[in-house]
Amino acid sequence: MALSDLLTLTPAGLYCAAADVYLDPVRSVPRALITHGHSDHARAGHGAVLATRETLAIMGLRYGAKFCEQQQALAYGESITLNGIEVSFHPAGHVLGSAQIRLRGPSGSVVVSGDYKRAFDPTCAPFELVRCDAFVTEATFGLPVFRHPDAAGEVAKLLRSCAVFPERAHLVGAYSLGKAQRVMKLLRLAGWDRPIWIHGALEKITQFYQDEGIDLGDIRKVSATDRAKLAGEIILCPPGQLADLWSRKFPDPVTAFASGWMRVRARARQRGVELPLVISDHVDWDDLCATIRETGASEIWVTHGAEEAIVHWCETQGLDARPLNILGYGDEDAETVAEDAA
Amino acid sequence: MNRFAQLLDSLAYEPSRNNKLRLLADYFRVTPDPERGFALAAMTGALSFAHAKASLIRALIAERTDPVLFAMSYDYVGDLSETVALLWPAPQTERRNIAAPSLSDVVHGLQQADKKELPQLLASWLDDLDETGRWALLKLITGALRIGVSQRLAKTAVAALGGKEPNEIEEVWHGLVPPYLDLFAWVEGREDRPKALDPAPFRTPMLAHALDEADFDKLDPADFSAEWKWDGIRVQACVGTDEEGRRVARLYSRTGEDLSKSFPDLMEMLCEPHFGDATIDGELLVLIERQVQSFSTLQQRLNRKSVSPKLVMQYPAHIRAYDLLAEDGEDLRELSFVDRRARLESFITRLGHPRLDLSPDVPFDSWEALAQARHDPASVGAQDETEAIEGIMLKRRDSIYVPGRPKGLWFKWKRDPFNVDAVLMYAQRGHGRRSSFYSDFTFGVWKGAELVPVGKAYFGFTDAELKELDKYIRNHTRNRFGPVRELDFSTEQGLVLEIAFEGLARSTRHKSGLAMRFPRISRIRWDKPARDADLISTLEGLLEQGLRRSPPKGLGD
Ligand SMILES: [Zn+2]
Ligand SMILES: [Zn+2]
Repeated sequence: MALSDLLTLTPAGLYCAAADVYLDPVRSVPRALITHGHSDHARAGHGAVLATRETLAIMGLRYGAKFCEQQQALAYGESITLNGIEVSFHPAGHVLGSAQIRLRGPSGSVVVSGDYKRAFDPTCAPFELVRCDAFVTEATFGLPVFRHPDAAGEVAKLLRSCAVFPERAHLVGAYSLGKAQRVMKLLRLAGWDRPIWIHGALEKITQFYQDEGIDLGDIRKVSATDRAKLAGEIILCPPGQLADLWSRKFPDPVTAFASGWMRVRARARQRGVELPLVISDHVDWDDLCATIRETGASEIWVTHGAEEAIVHWCETQGLDARPLNILGYGDEDAETVAEDAA
Repeated sequence: MNRFAQLLDSLAYEPSRNNKLRLLADYFRVTPDPERGFALAAMTGALSFAHAKASLIRALIAERTDPVLFAMSYDYVGDLSETVALLWPAPQTERRNIAAPSLSDVVHGLQQADKKELPQLLASWLDDLDETGRWALLKLITGALRIGVSQRLAKTAVAALGGKEPNEIEEVWHGLVPPYLDLFAWVEGREDRPKALDPAPFRTPMLAHALDEADFDKLDPADFSAEWKWDGIRVQACVGTDEEGRRVARLYSRTGEDLSKSFPDLMEMLCEPHFGDATIDGELLVLIERQVQSFSTLQQRLNRKSVSPKLVMQYPAHIRAYDLLAEDGEDLRELSFVDRRARLESFITRLGHPRLDLSPDVPFDSWEALAQARHDPASVGAQDETEAIEGIMLKRRDSIYVPGRPKGLWFKWKRDPFNVDAVLMYAQRGHGRRSSFYSDFTFGVWKGAELVPVGKAYFGFTDAELKELDKYIRNHTRNRFGPVRELDFSTEQGLVLEIAFEGLARSTRHKSGLAMRFPRISRIRWDKPARDADLISTLEGLLEQGLRRSPPKGLGD
């Protein structure tokens, strides 16, 4: 099939003309399907929004209850037919509520991955492989140097640093939706039973995770007067806070950053990170290639990330691939800046 | 190897010396012999094997990856060893259960393997290591292990294992070989001190404290001798005889690095039979027609991979001696400075070698007289060597030679620095503890209507000033380039910094054509308009006049 029968690229993002819906649009549109709650994918101001219940709730927390005119929830595995196109949502394993979206029409099926990962994550439903004719994939870490190690090993690195430097505070930069809660849960699984301290910007989403039944243990918000007293503790904050005035009051802080980008030393050094933790919520190169193969799709579109390398790889595999260069998607860094400003 | 690699990785990210020490000490404590000994050897540069070339590593990765993907990856990562470490494909399942090689395995393997076997051996290690392990292995075998750990720091961490002083390690160090089983056994109190087999050992130098001019009230000039402080590099020339009667000569830097290979001209002197067994503490200088050259000339002889006869002829090296630490097997460090000085004088007179002379005594009878000498060295006989004089060294006449920086015995009293008023142009965030502050400052002076950068300063300000500067920078940013901020500067606005510096040289690396020595911020001139900052011609004039200084500041003001 030709993917363009179902989807076209417009300045607002991917558009399915038959169903008259946009997917993760970067501008306000009348009807939007949203894969997950990160702000580069889920924007405020659309007319009608169809997403998972969790994603709708996250958007409500971030933008206020009136972030769009009309909301409709669709659970994983359920489907709805829009003007002859069957739409269904499937777990993407990226963050709580994240979904891949399948569109099925008379000419075949296409899956839009949103952001996804296949590594273990106890805070969201695991990725589900959905076979399709055409696959629209992210490629945030689309270079073969990105191979994410086992996240538990990275958390062990953090705990070892706490043991060697018990008089220092350990500040961990982590994106506020998903990454932060995953790090908290991994710390609990590794046996860290002290309170975990968080920056105020993480509070709402973390509370939401706990309300959704994800047990993160004793989580405490850091107040201005606490900071000087947190020697030996682990504090999570949005990455932007690591280099902010806020971080100065902690006792001799060790600055850690949980991100797939930390795999590359120059990136870690550029941010002044002392303890890089390679923990990513995106697929790494090996999983990206494996997923493309396993979907059975013969046509691949790459939405964002290092598109060139994965397009080259697809060509060596005899797959028809095309970079989309959608402006406005990025790693969640952009989101952090927005959050800091808010 | 994986554990060693993790240590290197943490050290590379850790900016603080104290914390590096903690990481090292922790590693030595939990790592068994001989692994930790080889780690110590790797970090002190004591391992020698034929290094693998970058071309071999490129060939290995080319067999395993798509060339386009490799090129894109290398371009992104920017470092060959790291790119290969990250790109190396996961091994086939049958290798998964093979234990990763230890550092000892790697060291032995490299010593035994011949050139033909090396690619195969290296590939199998890369298969069995994790990413960090591969990175460390590739850095090690290409001889590019730069992790910000000095020999001294590594030895200090070993000393800390058993509550020893780092100097005690230095004393035995040159008799030891990797993996240093005897050293660890001694430090941990399981065995006696290893014999210092080295007939020409490095002795930790005695260092001076900076003199605070307020100290003068408490010090009596009659208790002190004065010498010039030379603008060269401090060295230790050691000659000894081993048990078989062979003579061993070495030239050490002040941190104990062996510089012998870089100075064949000086080694020739040390190896002359009538030099005898002796350890001289002195300053390495370049002398042309008996005249000391500037530090920038001396730099022509430093950090050279190969030393050509032409280089040696062009920039002849010289030692200006100020202390004698051992002679004919006798340790002189327990003698007073005056007694050692007498021994040194007769040693130099007896030898009569043109490449070795005595750092002269600077006569003075009051602190005022010494201040005058410091301001104008020519007035007390320094004549044409004034440019190579950084200041005055004051040594207590009764002081024994104490390794390290003991209090109250030796002082350095530097000449007043040069000053220039410059405008802050760019600021960059610092590292580690300072990573939340803009603490690296690039400043410039006027060239016509344009500012040209002339240097970078990282220190010279108090914590309170750092906060004020940081705030100023955050409020006056014109542009941001990654971690760097460009400030708003023009004739109408900008922040003037008074910069103190020790010297100036021509440089092709800087746009201004000038390079400053040790620039630092001496004052923040919140009051001074940017248009009143200095001109580049002021600096050029200073250079042309041979860096002559402004009139002296009296002792009292
Ligand atoms: Zn996302
Ligand atoms: Zn995304």
